[in-house]
Amino acid sequence: MEQETFIVGTIVENKPGVLHKVSNMLRRKGFNIESISVGPTEINDWARMTITFRADEATANQLVKQMEKLLDIVRAKILDQSKSVARELALVKLRVEDTRARSDAINYANVFRSRVVDVSPSTLMVEITGTPDKIDAFIQLARGLGLVEVSRTGVTALERGLNALHSEGEGA
Amino acid sequence: MEGSRALIRALKSEGLSVIFGLPGGAIMPVYDALLDSGIRHVLVRHEQSAAHMADGYARASGKVGVCMATSGPGATNLVTGIANAYMDSSPIVAITGQVPTSLIGRDSFQEVDIVGITTPVTKYNFQVRHASEIPAVVKTAFHVASNGRPGPVLIDLPKNVQTETSEVNFNPQLLVRTRTNNIDPDPILVKKAAEALATAERPFILAGGGVRISNAYEELRALSELLSAPVGTSLMGKGCFSEDHPLSLGMVGMHGTVEANRLIQQADVLLAVGMRFSDRTTSRPDDFCRDARIIHLDIDPSEIEKNKEVNIFIVGDARKTLRGIYELLAGQLVRNADSSLERIKEVKELLTQQISSNGAEGLSPCQVLKEARKVLPRNAIVTTEVGQNQMWAALYWKTYLPRTFITSGGLGTMGFGFPAALGAKVARPEAVVADIAGDGSFLMTENCLATSISENIPVIVIILDNRMLGMVAQWQRMFYKGRYSGTRLGRSPDFVELARAYGAHGERVESLNELSDVLRRAVSSDVATIIDVPIHPEENVLPMVPPGKGIDEMILT
Repeated sequence: MEQETFIVGTIVENKPGVLHKVSNMLRRKGFNIESISVGPTEINDWARMTITFRADEATANQLVKQMEKLLDIVRAKILDQSKSVARELALVKLRVEDTRARSDAINYANVFRSRVVDVSPSTLMVEITGTPDKIDAFIQLARGLGLVEVSRTGVTALERGLNALHSEGEGA
Repeated sequence: MEGSRALIRALKSEGLSVIFGLPGGAIMPVYDALLDSGIRHVLVRHEQSAAHMADGYARASGKVGVCMATSGPGATNLVTGIANAYMDSSPIVAITGQVPTSLIGRDSFQEVDIVGITTPVTKYNFQVRHASEIPAVVKTAFHVASNGRPGPVLIDLPKNVQTETSEVNFNPQLLVRTRTNNIDPDPILVKKAAEALATAERPFILAGGGVRISNAYEELRALSELLSAPVGTSLMGKGCFSEDHPLSLGMVGMHGTVEANRLIQQADVLLAVGMRFSDRTTSRPDDFCRDARIIHLDIDPSEIEKNKEVNIFIVGDARKTLRGIYELLAGQLVRNADSSLERIKEVKELLTQQISSNGAEGLSPCQVLKEARKVLPRNAIVTTEVGQNQMWAALYWKTYLPRTFITSGGLGTMGFGFPAALGAKVARPEAVVADIAGDGSFLMTENCLATSISENIPVIVIILDNRMLGMVAQWQRMFYKGRYSGTRLGRSPDFVELARAYGAHGERVESLNELSDVLRRAVSSDVATIIDVPIHPEENVLPMVPPGKGIDEMILT
């Protein structure tokens, strides 16, 4: 079946060992994960985990079912990407040995609407936010300029409108 | 209250009456508290057996079985038994000691990350950090183990938590969100299923372990009779439908009966209940029931199209769902029962002529099991080891009642049957319990004989003794040009002498008459009886579906 990129939004209990249980399940079931991002939510007891992966539709559905089978997962759902906002943040460090390289880098950063967040005599760090494609494009460009290292957060995503992962489907 | 005493009190409030286990340094406070608790402790000689006993206890009784071990090697020895319970959805709670919290993470003596190790093979696990959490942890463990699709739960108890004194509330809240909302099936889907079955010309019901778990035997029987639908079972489903019922076809799968494998492939509508289309049942999922509309009932939503695409999937309790379908069809459906029964009879008669035993020296496993079936009571509980003995038992040991056939299906654990038999006997002391074993499997947990004798748990072990690791040897004959690599077991030990050394009865039988004599005595014996039955070393389990073939493409001779 045809492979596509899926984004699964999940609410999980915010307690020790939950990330281990999730990553352990994903590994043992052989799911091919591109990124996982985790952080606290508006509710103290819950964390939100966003998982992106490439799979066919049946495999993606199975991943959601396996996630929901874990007792520490409150809800897992494949997000409709046309009705969601998905973003990733990356820190990109560039080597800029001379003034010419430095001003090129700053120009590119501006075109990508990213920000320079740190400067040293020979380096420059850019904070860029956007879709994974946009970040890929910037990193590709950065390779030509003198890329030192990159740290990406992985995708985080929310559905547009009033929908919330934890309130929809409650009690249904 | 001390953590250890809080644990015992919490276990008692779950109705627990027996623990299978073996002590060690990191669990000593709990063992001390156990002494005055009134809870029976069954001492094993290796922790793997404790987990299997708890599992056998759970399967025979429907209650949660509990096993206990110390930290480190005690805990890791439980793992096979926990994994076994996980694969077969059996409700057990495993309690392990752990080094004190101040020593965790330092590679301390007998420290192992048992929570990490058991994560993939438990439904849930805990490491308790404070004595005050114990009642909630125990309550949650029993709840999780026995609700929905059952399975094992592990509680890891650091030693300082066992000795710590704390205020303890014995009316705790559950620590996980309850998920009981998937018990009631969606009525729209139930109606769809009923409509599909109503128009079926050749319906077939495939019943799995879920029928046992939800006590849906009566509902299954009623619906199959209403539909005149033949019933086959998975290995785990054996016992869910009496095998002397005219609609019973026995087991479906790699070593299923000819009639079950043929008729299921001819079905136009398949109703699969509480089963998961495992590779041993379906052989080739794409070819399995290729012409049928498939209705799949299971309580676990993750089984939806995990192994097999289906037409209608209903998440829910098997009993409620079957009853729902029955009620929609009862009184409306007029089916000619005779044609179904006639079809089943024809296939069965054909089969008896086709399957022939090797006919060489020694008793045939088929004869042995049929003789044992005649002697042992209808409600006798049979456990099996894994391999040829297991498949012969599945084929020839007719099972009439639920929870009377206990076997390691998913994990296929050699050495399961004997400790599981002891666990079953503890659960049902009035029942005759027999382990149908192979010589290879029996030796894996043979030291349970010591437990059987010292704890007064008399069971029967019938060893189908071919001095081979028989199933592997069968595959070597079939697929490796008969080259026996690592499968010859040789003449050691003498099982009769071995039994005597432990204080059990040991008998070797060479004829069916001797077998029935020994069995009759064994039934009323107050110690275990080990019956060594030499069989031909090269007898195959037949029929067999070779790997990669459709399940109706069986090797018959």
